[in-house]
Amino acid sequence: MKALKNYIDKIKPHFEPGGKLSMFQSVFEGFESFLFVPNTTSRSGVHIHDSIDSKRTMTVVIVALLPALLFGMYNVGYQHYLAIGELAQTSFWSVFLFGFLAVLPKIVVSYVVGLGIEFTAAQLRHHEIQEGFLVSGMLIPMIVPVDTPLWMIAVATAFAVIFAKEVFGGTGMNIFNIALVTRAFLFFAYPSKMSGDEVFVRTGDTFGLGAGQVVEGFSGATPLGQAATHTGGGALQLTDILGNTLSLHDMFLGFIPGSIGETSTLAILIGAVILLATGIASWRVMLSVFAGGIVMSLICNWFANPDIYPAAQLSPLEQICLGGFAFAAVFMATDPVTGARTNTGKYIFGFLVGVLAILIRVFNSGYPEGAMLAVLLMNAFAPLIDYFVVEANIRHRLKRAKNLTK
Amino acid sequence: MMNHVVKIKKGLDIQLEGAPALEISNSTNSQLYAIIPDDFTGLTPKVDVKPGDKVLAGSPVMHDKTLTDVVVTSPVSGEVVAVERGERRKVMKITIKPDATQQAVEFGKVSPDTMQASDLKALLLKSGTFAFIKQRPYDIIANPNTTPRDIFVTAFDSAPLAPDYAFVLKDEMHHLETGLKALARLTPGKVYVGVSKRSPIEVKNGETVVFDGPHPAGNVGVQINHISPINKGEIVWTINALDLLFIGRLLETGHVDFSRLVAVTGAEVNKPHYVRTCAGASIASITQGMVKPAHYERRYISGNVLTGFNAGADGYLGARQAQVTVIPEGNNCNEFMGWASLNPHKYSMSHSYLSWLLGKKRRYDIDARIRGGERAIIMSDEYDRVFPMDIYPEYLIKAILAFDIDKMENLGIYEVAPEDFALCEFVDTSKLELQKIVRNGLDHLMKEMN
Repeated sequence: MKALKNYIDKIKPHFEPGGKLSMFQSVFEGFESFLFVPNTTSRSGVHIHDSIDSKRTMTVVIVALLPALLFGMYNVGYQHYLAIGELAQTSFWSVFLFGFLAVLPKIVVSYVVGLGIEFTAAQLRHHEIQEGFLVSGMLIPMIVPVDTPLWMIAVATAFAVIFAKEVFGGTGMNIFNIALVTRAFLFFAYPSKMSGDEVFVRTGDTFGLGAGQVVEGFSGATPLGQAATHTGGGALQLTDILGNTLSLHDMFLGFIPGSIGETSTLAILIGAVILLATGIASWRVMLSVFAGGIVMSLICNWFANPDIYPAAQLSPLEQICLGGFAFAAVFMATDPVTGARTNTGKYIFGFLVGVLAILIRVFNSGYPEGAMLAVLLMNAFAPLIDYFVVEANIRHRLKRAKNLTK
Repeated sequence: MMNHVVKIKKGLDIQLEGAPALEISNSTNSQLYAIIPDDFTGLTPKVDVKPGDKVLAGSPVMHDKTLTDVVVTSPVSGEVVAVERGERRKVMKITIKPDATQQAVEFGKVSPDTMQASDLKALLLKSGTFAFIKQRPYDIIANPNTTPRDIFVTAFDSAPLAPDYAFVLKDEMHHLETGLKALARLTPGKVYVGVSKRSPIEVKNGETVVFDGPHPAGNVGVQINHISPINKGEIVWTINALDLLFIGRLLETGHVDFSRLVAVTGAEVNKPHYVRTCAGASIASITQGMVKPAHYERRYISGNVLTGFNAGADGYLGARQAQVTVIPEGNNCNEFMGWASLNPHKYSMSHSYLSWLLGKKRRYDIDARIRGGERAIIMSDEYDRVFPMDIYPEYLIKAILAFDIDKMENLGIYEVAPEDFALCEFVDTSKLELQKIVRNGLDHLMKEMN
């Protein structure tokens, strides 16, 4: 460690203003503070500081994402080998390797594009590099279908980072969740690649691995896709890609087609436990998203006409386990920057995210998944919710003063 | 009568190494004593002495430029050595070399009950004890030309390693009570005394309110917010119980006595305990022989780790301080990838480090590193958890940064002092200098309003 520190100290002058590599100062500082906690001590105010910083915060979120990511990789392979009918004779590690190789390029593209823009923006403003994109960059590959072309991910990421984040002033200043803007951009710019039966299961090979023909009776529709296209009334029977009936248990574990990181409610809940135990995410938001989703599902169960709105037949637990609902509740709605910031506001914000997610799913058959749009929509309303909460405090203060002058 | 107990739920007790044992020793003689104008926030100093002048304990050394009656007096008798100035000729400190035998100005013993209120105020002003009274809004020296709605006295300190007031006040309760009687003459309202449930004291005179809970329960601002919050246009005065002793002693003995029991604390102190000394004494004279030998740098803080002043080993005890804290500076640590650390000795209020697994009783040795870069405010509910007032701290901070006067007023700027934001600053993931932001905001607002 000492040698490394000495080396960094030795090359540091080159990156300082006037040095020949000063154009990379922000990048250098980013890496330096990544390797060593700065020895800077406090100059004003408190003399001691809590150990937490934004690097630690983002690290915890990434750790919380890992179960869902690893499961997602495995499930990509699982769905593939299931589709070509070779699941039984393929080993666990081969299945995982297939998924790993299918997902890794997306992670690389998302990070290279996003961090590249972040580094450039930091350097232009002579700021420190901020860690926000470490999380966004991990979220993006997890919320897209496995067959999304890499160039689309690159374009959408660039769009989101530049127009949803940097123009607002960088990490902490954005109004909309960056990963969701990326997803929304993809959805509206390239709808054919973002929904339907073709994109959620990779039927071709990955780097030559797992080549084969899909079996008879294969359909790559996601359970929510099946629900949305279930026309003509009658009981809704969700099936896996081979037409076998899906149980709630399957949906909870996540062996279903869907966006890479979203399918396993179990893996997402492990992440939720990490986020809540460390106190990084707000339990108020998480809890109220689930509460809102359950309440709205029940309302749909009771009052919506299932012949016109087939997804209304799904039970609250199915609604939560399917699609991106759990992922949105745990990782998207809890983004502190774009969500409500007051505690009262968090309950309202979360509840409405849950309600809207189910509302969009059930009543808009053109868009089978509503969770992500619900969060984006509520991102826009979060400041308004907080405004009313804070305004109540203000009114209460003014009233106190008025009572006095009487 | 059962005292009213206010339960404070939000807040944080940072358990540091180096809590003071309930023992007292005498400090060695201080070579010099210093009067530091910055200890009297809001005072624009006009210096009344020049090097070579002889002063007695209680002789004026400076006064405020506009409130000329507010004077600061010398804690000791001796000879003025220097008036040190900094940038733009700002007075940094006035140093005085003490006489071998101490003499004090005779103000005459008086009874606060029978004396005219105006004479009493004049006496406090002349003796320099009035300068220890602060006012809210703005958390500055009190303006003697105003009449405060109420006066709030905090009789405990909940900050990390803070002195135990029950112990410090043990033999001087009568001085405190005399002081409270005097305060009662200065306001048509009430004199509230905030005491701690953890280390209770019985106080005659004044309305006692018991506070139970973690730091910042001892902050007078928190106490005011729970007892009777300040509204726009109102003025209250505040004073610390240990500073109120100066007023009590003056009235009972007829001369000033700025002696103090100072808690010498912190991880770098060998056998931390209380030292008998005097306001303005040198840090060296107070900590002599108490600091552990070490090959790394230390930080000598006049006060506690949250609101104190980095005085340096060659500095002086601040006028309002009853604590000295010595901690490692930590500028030689070179900690590798600290953000990935699983070390349970890295302290954090959040559970993102493992320190919480060791329980709440464990004590920590925290150095002065900031441990992260400054960022925009990202995490929510972080400040709120350590800010037990009916105020939205984050929104107030943002209003101050934008200098939106209406918003600042509406969100409660008149009720707060920088010290109320100290814990927010400690726990802040974004490492913002919140106390500085609040101080600048208050100063700026005061200019705008007056």
